[in-house]
Amino acid sequence: MTAYLKLDHIDKVFTRGAATTEVLKDINLTIEKGEYVSIIGHSGCGKSTLLNIIAGLTTATTGGVLLENREVNSPGPDRAVVFQNHSLLPWLTVYENVKLGVDKVFAKTKSRAERDAWVMHNLNLVQMAHARDKRPSEISGGMKQRVGIARALAMEPKVLLLDEPFGALDALTRAHLQDSVMALHQKLGNTILMITHDVDEAVLLSDRIVMMTNGPSARIGEVLEVPLARPRKRLELATSATYLKCRQRVLEFLYERHRFVEAA
Amino acid sequence: MNMPATKIEVETATPAAAAAPVVALTPKRPPRAETYARMARETAVRVIPPLVVIALLTLVWELVCRRAGSALPPPSRVFKDTKELILDPFFDHGGIDKGLFWHLSASLQRVAFGYSLSAIAGIALGVLVGQSVWAMRGLDPLFQVLRTIPPLAWLPLSLAAFRDGQPSAIFVIFITSIWPIIINTAVGIRNIPQDYRNVAAVVQLNPLEFFSKIMIPAAAPYIFTGLRIGIGLSWLAIVAAEMLIGGVGIGFFIWDAWNSSHISEIILALFYVGIVGFVLDRMIAGLGKFVTRGTAQN
Repeated sequence: MTAYLKLDHIDKVFTRGAATTEVLKDINLTIEKGEYVSIIGHSGCGKSTLLNIIAGLTTATTGGVLLENREVNSPGPDRAVVFQNHSLLPWLTVYENVKLGVDKVFAKTKSRAERDAWVMHNLNLVQMAHARDKRPSEISGGMKQRVGIARALAMEPKVLLLDEPFGALDALTRAHLQDSVMALHQKLGNTILMITHDVDEAVLLSDRIVMMTNGPSARIGEVLEVPLARPRKRLELATSATYLKCRQRVLEFLYERHRFVEAA
Repeated sequence: MNMPATKIEVETATPAAAAAPVVALTPKRPPRAETYARMARETAVRVIPPLVVIALLTLVWELVCRRAGSALPPPSRVFKDTKELILDPFFDHGGIDKGLFWHLSASLQRVAFGYSLSAIAGIALGVLVGQSVWAMRGLDPLFQVLRTIPPLAWLPLSLAAFRDGQPSAIFVIFITSIWPIIINTAVGIRNIPQDYRNVAAVVQLNPLEFFSKIMIPAAAPYIFTGLRIGIGLSWLAIVAAEMLIGGVGIGFFIWDAWNSSHISEIILALFYVGIVGFVLDRMIAGLGKFVTRGTAQN
């Protein structure tokens, strides 16, 4: 298989004055088109830094990111991000928030009416079309995150980057949104890279789980294939042996071999 | 997909769903008279206390200044002396012998001009200082020193530079009100959450789009704080400046009244100055509230 997204020997060192901290060390990863990959690790292991490097919001100290064999080192809509705290612009309505990206990405290729239809199409995908004229302060946390997903999807990214997208949500809303993201992935076949710290979420959603060791100098400790057929159903998986085995592997990695040691 | 779970929910939910319409069928809309009565009460709660205080203060003033030989006139005298000015603010006998409306409007025109200039320049400089670390390092110390200079201290210098009262007054307003606008705008720009900058970076907004779509809306609450302080300061400055430059204007009107010992006219003018200042402040506050209605929350 050809590598669609390739992380090539990425190191990241933060320098503050004379002090340097190596956050990421020698990260290598190839992701295929249409794959759903999760990166899991304890907090502070640099997984968000890694996502920011892929998004182009931070630059790697050495190494680089290749998307379809082209190096990317600045942010762009081909790697749209769904931020943990939704990051909708509060002065714009739901519709305008999604339209902001659409207008930029399809400025030349779509007419005004087509762009409008495309915004509504994406709001429909996340079942948020009914709230098109509401402002972010008027909708719930889960709804905001749906709009955040619609905004990212509407840019037709080559890779969709999810930065702990369900972290700030309550358990029920989270489950509901996970199902939505799974359905969207099934329907649209996006390539998705998700940062998470939730083991169940990682196993449920991913084709592969990338487990990171603790920082500083975090590396990829292990990559686990999740051989579960899609579409996956939450309740059926609860008793599936494969599911439990995968879950067990991740838990062992996180809590036995790479226990989170509180910085002394 | 989660059929078993949903089924259980449906069964338990049915009684509740049946009970709900019963509540909905008895609408408790309060009668119209009751709504009006409540609105009247709410208005009264806000309006009556200040009215009582004003009445009491006027009474005390009347009692204190009533005695023979009192330096200041009591309110009844003020009203008697200035009745003509109050009733006819629009007369114009040529020169500086004009009604209060003309004096106030001359002052307001100067403020409008000087304040608009300072709003534009202040926001522009504030954006520069907020966005660029080097501009801040270079300019901030200068601003911190210049902003402490009292408005009137600029007047002789601007008279020397412009050789005319009108532009000097406008310059004084400009230089007085620009500092809070610059400083607040810069703080607002510096406080734009990194998240919004990230969104702009991913969407690839160009600098102009970033300015209009992210920067200005995100910093708007701060900018309007600066604008509100600025309008107050410019109204303070204009009255003082006009006392010195002469001509038509509420400041000069006060000075002229003092020179001709019309104390009652001074009191009336102060009353108008206060009201206009209050209205200006409320206008900017209202405009700010309207513009930032989405940003303030969240």
